[in-house]
Amino acid sequence: MYPDDRKYSKDHEWVIVSGAEAKIGITQYAQEQLGDVVYVELPEVGRVVKQGEIFGTIESVKAVSELFCPTSGEVTAVNADLGDHPEAVNAQPHDTWLITLKLADPAEVDGLLDGAGYQALLG
Amino acid sequence: MTDAAQTLKQTPLHGRHQALGARMVPFGGWEMPIEYGGLASEHMAVRTAAGLFDVSHMGEIEVAGRDALAAIQRISCNDASKLEVGQAQYSGLTTPRGTLVDDVLVYRLADDHFMLVVNAANIAKDYRWIAQEIEPAGDVVAVNASSRYALLAVQGPAAVETVQPITGVELSDVAYYRFAAGEVAGKLATISRTGYTGEDGLEIYVAPQAADAVWQALTESGAPLGLVPAGLGARDTLRLEAAMRLYGNDMDEETTVLEAGLGWMVGWDKAEFIGHAALRQQKADGVGRRLAGFEMVDRGIARPGYPVRVDGEVVGKVTSGTQTPFVKKSIGMAYLPAARAKADTEFEVEIRGRWARAKVVRMPFYRRQGG
Repeated sequence: MYPDDRKYSKDHEWVIVSGAEAKIGITQYAQEQLGDVVYVELPEVGRVVKQGEIFGTIESVKAVSELFCPTSGEVTAVNADLGDHPEAVNAQPHDTWLITLKLADPAEVDGLLDGAGYQALLG
Repeated sequence: MTDAAQTLKQTPLHGRHQALGARMVPFGGWEMPIEYGGLASEHMAVRTAAGLFDVSHMGEIEVAGRDALAAIQRISCNDASKLEVGQAQYSGLTTPRGTLVDDVLVYRLADDHFMLVVNAANIAKDYRWIAQEIEPAGDVVAVNASSRYALLAVQGPAAVETVQPITGVELSDVAYYRFAAGEVAGKLATISRTGYTGEDGLEIYVAPQAADAVWQALTESGAPLGLVPAGLGARDTLRLEAAMRLYGNDMDEETTVLEAGLGWMVGWDKAEFIGHAALRQQKADGVGRRLAGFEMVDRGIARPGYPVRVDGEVVGKVTSGTQTPFVKKSIGMAYLPAARAKADTEFEVEIRGRWARAKVVRMPFYRRQGG
């Protein structure tokens, strides 16, 4: 369910690191809790975010959730497809990235959970 | 939190909801299913086929006695004398100020016997109010019969086709806002052509011990037609598209019937009722504010409680609002100064610190074909 090709935060985001870049999305568990996603609000490219900081919001029909950045860095891209197709977050949460970051401190990633650790968090 | 969870009431269909994997939430003192397979798909099923809702949390208060009609006429703002036996009407329990104790459905079960269907969170309050306020009417009693009924709503274009095979009642004879007594799946039932979704549909009152069998029979009959179980989440988005007000959000004891845009349910010509003078006065003077429907112009979703600003001045809050699955727009309702509650007027909603433009639109947001 939670593959080890990436790391997970306690706030239910995932991070895939390649070199100094990180791709960030939300987990299967997070999308289940949200229900039907209808709107994703993402930061401007170039914004610098710190680990644990809010970088956007994701809205379902019934609720608003804040997105907490799992790692610090500078936003290098946002997924523009989500403007027209926010439901992709529900359909394929682990294949739908929200933003990419240039990592400020790659060591932060080591402090995140692996697949088994995240699964254990969910209980 | 554990204590609160333990005191939540459960409907007779609680086991069904659990077996179906419903997400359960507290609502009006009850533990209720908010969704089963996804709010949007349940919403769309009701618009295109049918949905099956457990709304057993709703309350039923019966008022009976020689002076029952006079009592109902005194406590509710609509004109119940227009009801034939077998007919229902939407009405309000009004305060002397013309504000709403609750919005209710009034069923005329017999000449001198009425049933008021009330909101779950208001059952105790309404019963106290009714028992107190019918006293001057004479020979009449009120009974809180809520525990004697389970209520299942079948809503959507396939509702009649779902129910007809398992009842002897000829449903084509049961017109909108009419009801009939009979059996559903062999259980005694009152079948009412009413609902809270903006679709054709039936609401079926049965004894609590019959609810499970009726649910099962409705599911088997309706599934081939596309019927799915639907939760309170879809019920809320469906009623919002249909611009049906939600008590506690869009109206309460601080909003008058006229401000809520429900003047059509006032029986102006009937004899005195509680709040009659205040409403007549307000009608003559004109309302200062009015509940308006809106859609967002800027991006973003307006949700209940978000501040509303007109000409730079905060005038209130969003009372209902979300992006709904069928209309697929960010829509809502809010109280606006009456002069600014006209279609196409722009105002602003504060969405997490940012003022976003919205504009007033005519309600309902959705109207069914032929409805």
